Amino acid sequence: MKKGRQTYILDGKVYISATASIAGVDEGNGRLRDFFDFVIDESEFGCKSHEKAEIKLRKHAIESLLQNASVEADEIDAIIGGDLLNQLVPSGFSAREFDAPFCGLYSACATFGQSLATGALLLGGGAKKVICCTSSHFATAERQYRFPLELGTQPPPTAQRTVTGVGCALLTSERPKNKCPKITSFTLGKVIDMGLNDPNNMGAAMAPATYETITTHLDERGVNADYYDLIVTGDLGKLGRELLCSMLGKKYGAVKDRINDCGCMVFKEIQKCGLGGSGAGCSSLVFCSYLYKTMLEGGLKRILLVPTGAMLSKDSSLQGESIPAIAHAVAIEM
Amino acid sequence: MDKKEYSELVEQTTPRTKEGKTLLFAFAIGGLICTIGQGVSDALAALIPSFDAKKIGALTGVVMIFLGSLLTGLGVYDKIGYYAGAGSVLPITGFANSVVSPAMEYNKEGIVFGLMAKMFSIAGPVIVSGVCASVLIGVIYYIIGLF
Repeated sequence: MKKGRQTYILDGKVYISATASIAGVDEGNGRLRDFFDFVIDESEFGCKSHEKAEIKLRKHAIESLLQNASVEADEIDAIIGGDLLNQLVPSGFSAREFDAPFCGLYSACATFGQSLATGALLLGGGAKKVICCTSSHFATAERQYRFPLELGTQPPPTAQRTVTGVGCALLTSERPKNKCPKITSFTLGKVIDMGLNDPNNMGAAMAPATYETITTHLDERGVNADYYDLIVTGDLGKLGRELLCSMLGKKYGAVKDRINDCGCMVFKEIQKCGLGGSGAGCSSLVFCSYLYKTMLEGGLKRILLVPTGAMLSKDSSLQGESIPAIAHAVAIEM
Repeated sequence: MDKKEYSELVEQTTPRTKEGKTLLFAFAIGGLICTIGQGVSDALAALIPSFDAKKIGALTGVVMIFLGSLLTGLGVYDKIGYYAGAGSVLPITGFANSVVSPAMEYNKEGIVFGLMAKMFSIAGPVIVSGVCASVLIGVIYYIIGLF
């Protein structure tokens, strides 16, 4: 049921009945090590290129999701999701391995939010089992958006590190045997551009879109910020999170302890990963491991997951365009 | 919040580069690379007394380019660059790094359309501006010589 201009309230029949996560080497040495299903031991994952590695990572993640949920690929109504690369190569190429319809989606690093929302709508339209999967890889993103890996450059103080990892979630319309989180509502974000044009400072570019989506969600759903145990953004990093908290603070009072960011959760300080993790795999990896497992164990009852994305390309920046950003909010409750 | 207000907020909140630290590292590591270059030059001059200063200079360049390329291939130069910044970009070893790193990166797309086509994607602008500047200076030099 649509409520307001951007929010959809679901009737409680969208269960996240299983998840799977595969993390890269540095992510595996980070803060959430114990929560990942599998950590790879070298960035090429036995492949000839990092792009091939990302395809293989996605294939393995979806296979382990099917295994975790004891489901066969031909029972899946759709595999939906995306990544950061041109033509969604990792998503499309990994989907050829499965006997299931595929739908590629793109909202930059906010694609996981878009996938969960689209998955929920598919279930509303009669689908029974939908897989939402997003991924990113440090090396493939560096090559597409920045410089060759071996080029000796110094990262600026606002840089973030693209997360290597895949997170995938199985949405089902039937209640599984064990209690699991449900998607109860979601808010589709607008593209907001505040005129910032530094591609090395994406947290600042994305914070206004995140603010817009969160406030719209709370207003249209008619709840306060303290309704959620945690509002968790995708990859704002430390700076973006600080900017978001200062904007939200003006409207809702002190909310800093209820707001966290997947990008800030992944790496340890000692790993020198700039202001935090980023990438389409950042929010999906953290949700499908740490957040999902914490919810199952009862540590969190209600969260608002807000994956955030900067819709830029290398060429758009070179052509002098500013950075448009987007955030989609998905309410997940036990 | 309008665009102007927000960009002011971002301006205030954004962390700055620690200039003291980065300048010191750039100076120290850049200086070290140049000292090594001078050492190579002196050693070559001692080893090959028949070469004049011009030939020794060219040969030193060859050795330093080789070292920069080797360290790039071994995956060390990007780690030096992480700390040194311009200190490792400006010497000729940095130029070697800017040619070898895209060559390694795009080798996966094949020798011709990968490696060969992309290897000057970073160093290209340096070569173009270098050639243009030398043509310009050559013309000025010629005109001055007429009087």
